[in-house]
Amino acid sequence: MTDISQMPDAAPTTKPKGGSLFEKDARTKRRNAAESRFKMYGIAAIGIGLLMLIVLVTNIVTAGTGAFQQSFLALNVELKADKLDKKGNRNIEDIKKVSTFGYAPLIASALESEVEKLGIQTDLKPKEMGKILSKAAQAELRNYVIANPDEIGKTVSFRFLVNSRVDGYMKGRVTRESIANDKSISVEQLDFVDQLRDAGVLYKAFNPDFIFGADASDQRPEAAGIGVSMLGSLFMMLVVLALALPIGVAASIYLEEFAPQNRLTDIIEVNISNLAAVPSIVFGILGLAVFINYMHLPTSAPLVGGLVLTLMTLPTIIISTRASLKAVPPSIRDAALGVGASKMQAVFHHVLPLAAPGILTGTIIGLAQALGETAPLLLIGMVGFIASNPPDGIVAGFLSPNSAMPAQIYEWSKRADPAFYERAWGGIIILLIFLVTMNTIAVLLRRRFERRW
Amino acid sequence: MNDMTRVERTVDSKAIKIAANNVQVYYGDTHAIKDVDVQIEDKTVTAFIGPSGCGKSTFLRCLNRMNDTIDICRVEGDILLDGEDIYDKRVDPVQLRAKVGMVFQKPNPFPKSIYDNVAYGPRIHGLAKSKSELDDIVEKSLRRAAIWDEVKDRLDAPGTGLSGGQQQRLCIARAVATEPEVLLMDEPCSALDPIATAQVEELIDELRSRYSVVIVTHSMQQAARVSQKTAFFHLGNLVEFGETGQIFTNPEDPRTESYITGRIG
Repeated sequence: MTDISQMPDAAPTTKPKGGSLFEKDARTKRRNAAESRFKMYGIAAIGIGLLMLIVLVTNIVTAGTGAFQQSFLALNVELKADKLDKKGNRNIEDIKKVSTFGYAPLIASALESEVEKLGIQTDLKPKEMGKILSKAAQAELRNYVIANPDEIGKTVSFRFLVNSRVDGYMKGRVTRESIANDKSISVEQLDFVDQLRDAGVLYKAFNPDFIFGADASDQRPEAAGIGVSMLGSLFMMLVVLALALPIGVAASIYLEEFAPQNRLTDIIEVNISNLAAVPSIVFGILGLAVFINYMHLPTSAPLVGGLVLTLMTLPTIIISTRASLKAVPPSIRDAALGVGASKMQAVFHHVLPLAAPGILTGTIIGLAQALGETAPLLLIGMVGFIASNPPDGIVAGFLSPNSAMPAQIYEWSKRADPAFYERAWGGIIILLIFLVTMNTIAVLLRRRFERRW
Repeated sequence: MNDMTRVERTVDSKAIKIAANNVQVYYGDTHAIKDVDVQIEDKTVTAFIGPSGCGKSTFLRCLNRMNDTIDICRVEGDILLDGEDIYDKRVDPVQLRAKVGMVFQKPNPFPKSIYDNVAYGPRIHGLAKSKSELDDIVEKSLRRAAIWDEVKDRLDAPGTGLSGGQQQRLCIARAVATEPEVLLMDEPCSALDPIATAQVEELIDELRSRYSVVIVTHSMQQAARVSQKTAFFHLGNLVEFGETGQIFTNPEDPRTESYITGRIG
């Protein structure tokens, strides 16, 4: 007190006894520096993650969007009756006797007349002109005629696929330089393609067959689609859903609500967690040994694939179901037991409905995981099988050989023709769309039904 | 504080509803309840008081076998409800809990409508033969829990949307809907504000006309206000049991006196 009265002007300049709050001491500075350093590390880590994601997505999109577009050649084909139906009685069995080779001349002459009509000058022979078309064109024409025998004798306009080299040229993948050693296409043919394109009959368009169609042989990548293997995946997912959900939920309810806490249940618990970490290829070899070699279920069938993926998905579903059962507050169980509900009534009337969103979320995530799984399918023969036709009905869908989306992508990525490579990326886009959709549904469900206690 | 006034009520001697003889409770190796003998009378409010961890809630949960849900919990001794041992092998705890209802510390309505909350018990026990009968039970129970006027226009609203005090009275309505003979209340007012507490206490006094009520409470004032009999637990022992008025004014055991005067606990 006396100090202040003696030196009234000096008061602001004297420092408080423990040091001024306006100045940071060395410890505080170090601490703050450490904190801001840590924040920087965190931001950098997130930045790296985002950068990777952007690189991945751009890569997939740029490499894969091409698969959704295909080059087509518009042609008016005269379905000559003397070639297709020699007897003239329109008998479907007789028409079927004409093989795809029989349709080649029709297409060649249609192309020739188109070239004449457009006034295109070229030294190419009609046969070489025809080579720019896909080998699938003749089959497409034949299928059309068999489906519509009444059209024989008329002129019908078609949109034929061109072959993968021409398609690649249209998309900029194939250039005049890159085909120097390529025997399946010549520079003259590319000039011819340029002329057709300028005339507007050869054009790029959206290709629904990539999404809905079947895989094709090595010779016609332009005709390959992911549709049939999508069906294979669908049937597998149905098997997984029908088996993994009830088994998983029943097992979790028992373990969580009814089982006594003892050594045995501890061992079971630990092993379920361990199962979740078992590499998927192990489940594949188990499926091969048990379902195919021992039980003699059909090879390459979505049923077997589904069974294997069920084994793989079960731990995921059990773990997430138990977590969501645990999250239901015990007071709800007490309340139900308190009014005289049996344990099962308490679980089924109150706990399970409250846990349902969580269970559903876990199931969807488990399914999404199974949908993207390739390794176990390698071992049960769902990779490498070319599904050229959609399955014939529901039963065949489960039992007849098929592939699955990730297996199909893997298969395409192995093939030589770069056109397949593009399709592999396109397949990845479709697969990712499915996975992102499923995960979004899971997140939305969780948001929608989340309860706060 | 005029808390002791109600204690002056005369207490008639009444039939014994629950008789506990020499009850021991173990949690694993822990001996949680030691040698407890209590007679709970019909149409009487019995309060269990004592410091935290003294075993009063544990003992309460023995009375309707809610401890069965805890694996490591073991109960020895006899607890007789109307002369029948509730821990007998032939007794189904589900049937027992229909007779001995329970209200918990934290209001725990089901996340369903007010109507469904109350109707759940009668439904699972098949107490109502028709929808209108069920409606009657729901209305009667909500009236008994003194909450009918507040919720009668919104029976379809979720029970979790009510205030804390209303939720607790809803839980009481849910408990009385199954027509229990004994109502156990485990600190029913500890999560409530003074106004809601007063409402619930008033309700407990009304419930006494129909049921035998056992209430666990941390508030000695509350025990004094609502109960006719009081049991004081300490470290797993039943130290003293008797008329509420006597326990609060003239305790026999020095430990009871210390607790009531605030020296231990």
